[in-house]
Amino acid sequence: MTEIGLRAVISLAQIAAVMGVVMLTVMILTLAERKVLGWMQDRMGPMEVGPYGILQPIADGLKLFFKEDIVPAGANKFLFSLAPILALVPALIGFAVIPFGPNDTIEVFGLQIKPFIVSDINIGILYILAFTSIGAYGIILGGWASNSKYSLLGGLRSAAQIISYELNVGLAIVGVILLSGSLSLVKITEAQSGWFWNWFVIALPFPQIFAFVVYVISSVAETNRLPFDLPEAESELVAGFFTEYSGMRFAFFFIAEYANMILVSCIAAILFLGGWNAPAPFLQFNGSLANLAWLSGIFWFTVKVYFFLFLFFWIRATLPRLRYDQLMRFGWKVMLPIALANILITSIAAYLFPR
Amino acid sequence: MAFGVVTLVLSYVVQPKYPESEKLSAYECGSEPFSDARMPFPVRYYIFAMLFVIFDIEVIFLYPWAVVYGQIGLFGLVEMLVFIALFLVAYVYAWRKGALEWD
Repeated sequence: MTEIGLRAVISLAQIAAVMGVVMLTVMILTLAERKVLGWMQDRMGPMEVGPYGILQPIADGLKLFFKEDIVPAGANKFLFSLAPILALVPALIGFAVIPFGPNDTIEVFGLQIKPFIVSDINIGILYILAFTSIGAYGIILGGWASNSKYSLLGGLRSAAQIISYELNVGLAIVGVILLSGSLSLVKITEAQSGWFWNWFVIALPFPQIFAFVVYVISSVAETNRLPFDLPEAESELVAGFFTEYSGMRFAFFFIAEYANMILVSCIAAILFLGGWNAPAPFLQFNGSLANLAWLSGIFWFTVKVYFFLFLFFWIRATLPRLRYDQLMRFGWKVMLPIALANILITSIAAYLFPR
Repeated sequence: MAFGVVTLVLSYVVQPKYPESEKLSAYECGSEPFSDARMPFPVRYYIFAMLFVIFDIEVIFLYPWAVVYGQIGLFGLVEMLVFIALFLVAYVYAWRKGALEWD
């Protein structure tokens, strides 16, 4: 009993820590996005709240928290309340299998625990793919339950877009699994240790650069970010599937979108850029947890994730929105053949030159 | 999950509530809402949904194969070439039938 209880307490503490980091990152992202977009357009971004505008996320959060929560007259109340939670939970639950740092174990009260990963299950990738698909339910239910034309159109578009690009994500990941021989995110990261040319994006026998490009473009589309933000296109659908939402429920959709951005960035960093591995062995300090060597792992992981997050903002500032038929054609007729060809070539290369 | 419920309940306690019929009606750029919003939508969506289900199952079949590929060698390669050829037949058929057009 005591061992199980202790394990539960430690797991809860880990979950709380990961949630805290994710929420903090979401707050930083909302400010960072406005700042980066501002700089790219030669403006300053938010400057009023706090020194240099850095308290803006707290002001936004407090404002949304104290706002009235409107349920439209014609809405289906149960589904309307369920949808934001259904969008948020899958976005946060995926972080349970992300290894944030080296796979070391430490001993706490006689139990072996891994401090940087909540649970290292051997089907990590499948788990994340399954839960990101559930996130689509939250969006389409929110769109349908609102009883508004804009919301319904946004929800439908979002569903079609997410399932189209989900396929490309799944196909792009197969190449990485071929080379690493495991679905566990920890094993995939460990397969890329050493120099940076062991990272799967440029690793022999066949560099996964095409899978990488397909994955990044598809994940931008899956998180409904520009230039693929047709489900919430301001100029035609007001705000898409969350037109009718206000207050905290609106905030949930908002947090879910940003948490999804962080999640896909983490996966991209792990699958293609070597996760917590440093670009060169001498940049990665070896040793136990006691001598702070784990800091270098955390550092490199954070750098890679923030690189992808910056890429999201950069793309948003650069590219105009696609038309819907262009979006679907691009997903089904360009990305899908590239991803399939990548699997074929990778499997032949992996047979001829086994690692 | 707990975070979601707790935040919603807390927010429910502190927020103001002044319901008015105007405010509760659906947003339609300020004009009066007309007709039911739950209109029928194009059959295109169904076609894409079915294509997705079929292809996604095939992708899931690729996963276990990719995990054990290092151990099964040439046999695995040939098997998968046949499998992907079948996949391509379905894909080319859908393309030629115009199922991937959106207009």
